[in-house]
Amino acid sequence: MLSLHNLSVSIGKQKILDDISFDFQPGKTYALMGPNGSGKSTLASAIMGHPEIIYSRASKITIGKKLDRRSGNIKNLSADKRAKLGIFLSFQTPLALPGVTVFALLRLALEKQMDPVTLHKQVKKYATELHIKDELLTRSLNDGFSGGEKKKLEALQAVLLAPQFALFDEIDTGVDVDALKTIAHFLKKHLPKTTTLVFITHSTRLLKYIRPQEVLVMKGGRLVKTGGSLLSQKIEKDGFDEIEV
Amino acid sequence: MKKNNQPKNIDLGDYQYGFSMPEHSVHKTKLGLTKKIVSEISGVKEESKWMLDFRLRAYELFKKMPLPVWGADLSPIDFSAITYYLKATDHQSNSWEDLPQEIKDTYDRIGVPEAEKKFLAGVSAQYESEVVYESFDKELKKLGVIFCDMDTAFKKYPELVKAYLGTLIPSHDNKFAALNSAVWSGGSFVYIPKGVEVKLPLQAYFRINAEAFGQFERTLIIAEEGSSVHYVEGCTAPIYTTSSLHSAVVEIFVKKNARVRYTTVQNWSKNIYNLVTKRAQAGEGAVMEWIDCNIGSGVTMKYPAVYLTGRGAHGEVLSIAYAGKNQHQDAGAKMVHLAPDTTSRVVSKSIAKDGGRTSYRGLVHIAKSAKNAKASVVCDALLIDDISRSDTYPTMRSQEPSATIEHEATVEKIGADKLFYLTSRGIKKEDAEGLLVNGFIAPVVKEIPLEYSIELNRLINMEMEGSVG
Repeated sequence: MLSLHNLSVSIGKQKILDDISFDFQPGKTYALMGPNGSGKSTLASAIMGHPEIIYSRASKITIGKKLDRRSGNIKNLSADKRAKLGIFLSFQTPLALPGVTVFALLRLALEKQMDPVTLHKQVKKYATELHIKDELLTRSLNDGFSGGEKKKLEALQAVLLAPQFALFDEIDTGVDVDALKTIAHFLKKHLPKTTTLVFITHSTRLLKYIRPQEVLVMKGGRLVKTGGSLLSQKIEKDGFDEIEV
Repeated sequence: MKKNNQPKNIDLGDYQYGFSMPEHSVHKTKLGLTKKIVSEISGVKEESKWMLDFRLRAYELFKKMPLPVWGADLSPIDFSAITYYLKATDHQSNSWEDLPQEIKDTYDRIGVPEAEKKFLAGVSAQYESEVVYESFDKELKKLGVIFCDMDTAFKKYPELVKAYLGTLIPSHDNKFAALNSAVWSGGSFVYIPKGVEVKLPLQAYFRINAEAFGQFERTLIIAEEGSSVHYVEGCTAPIYTTSSLHSAVVEIFVKKNARVRYTTVQNWSKNIYNLVTKRAQAGEGAVMEWIDCNIGSGVTMKYPAVYLTGRGAHGEVLSIAYAGKNQHQDAGAKMVHLAPDTTSRVVSKSIAKDGGRTSYRGLVHIAKSAKNAKASVVCDALLIDDISRSDTYPTMRSQEPSATIEHEATVEKIGADKLFYLTSRGIKKEDAEGLLVNGFIAPVVKEIPLEYSIELNRLINMEMEGSVG
């Protein structure tokens, strides 16, 4: 379980997130919605540990079942340490990494967990399922890739890293319907059943493929509403701008 | 002589070749350089009057010539505090077992005998001033290929050597070429007869063990018509607080339709001034490639050149420079187009970290007669932090209207966002930097034989781990 306690963060001098508290349950799928600039991506960065994020003193991010809220705070941990604790972030705009293949990246990331031969086989297998062209695996990651190709490789990395808490920041943007279906199906099929999935989106298109059990709505850096499938259906029909706070 | 094979136990940091062995010498000149010392070196080598005169003329030039006023700061070099000649053992060997134990141990630790077994056609190992070990494939010898140290070459093939020595890089070319010509010792002589293709690389290992020492090898490669060879050199030295000087001269003659590739993996310790003049001449249809990797040394000034003198000749310089704390890599390339349809390509990749400084300094010259010549220069610099520095000093001169020159230069900072992306996958920051840096140099590394590229990636990763310096 990953919990946010009074999470307030700034980037530079600008306060972006304001007092967010929430418990994410294992094995559940969430949609995190809200208009552009509402702080969704910053929340993802704050959970993953971007070095530019400044946390307020009261902020806490805890992981695991610990009830004692003073322990297990990960807000001072670097991103790699958080990743090792099972947190994963699929980027909204994955950056091109010249000269770095997805193999090279995963070989380092899974250095002690998987031997290179097994890794190679697994990557090939998942790439086939995601309809990723072979040549993309040996090219510089994300360098000249289409939107859909980038997001498919994010999904592939998510599954190989098998996180306990996975954030997908706009996995749907720049992706056509077929690709989106493929990605959504792939993630549901291969991620561990206990993994918490959080899909960040500002469009309602994604909802019918991921079927979230809970929807979180952000506005102006605050978490303004949460709800179950009814809220999800309402947003699908009317859009989240109509949501009453 | 007391035998003590244990290397001096000092903190090597991550520079694993920084160990030193006790210094032994069968002949060592006094500190500093005089006419007498130049004569002494020639005397020890039992040279002809021709070579003694060559040396003495060069010495007079060296005294007169000023230090270069451009490039890296060379003012700390104290020419009077250096030993110019040191012979560590009496005889050259063609078996590792016959070498003095300390020298054998040194090369074992560098991994030379291992590499030789695996993938080399010939090996030469220079320790201080002299080549102490040589081995060479017998089949190639039968085909007329010559691979030996320069001193031996001059004694066995004086007319051949005289016809080429100093013709591409005359003693008066620059102060360090003059110095090398005066006190040169060791280096390789390679002669490939017409039509012979040497498939496996020939490798030379240069090791400086003594403190405050100067190594001045001289290499001469002649590739006759239609022949080909790949020559590789590697360099290491112990870590000392005093500076040593490495000042080599390399001349290469690539005849009609011949092909020479010269790969350097320079990994000197950081107390070394590495000031090297390298030049090749490429005839009609010939291909000359310099692959130049400068990871070590405190200061390097090196600009491998190709003089494209025959129609359709092609020259390449692919280089990687890494400068960490207290390092200045002033490296580049020179392409001189003197014939029609000649082409050249320069790809330079430099990385600066912890206040290190890299400079790309290059020249493309296209003479009036070089119709349709084409030159391309790409230099990319990567800065790991805000305190490091990178500069580009390109010079382009074209006197031929039909020629084309392309130049592209980029400076890039390793971005926080790229590091965040990689660390979010569970990769440590230092490893992520290493991955990005190895990705950055990948276009050059893929041109290097696998054994060296693995070594190069390993060196880069070690430097990225940050405990060096």
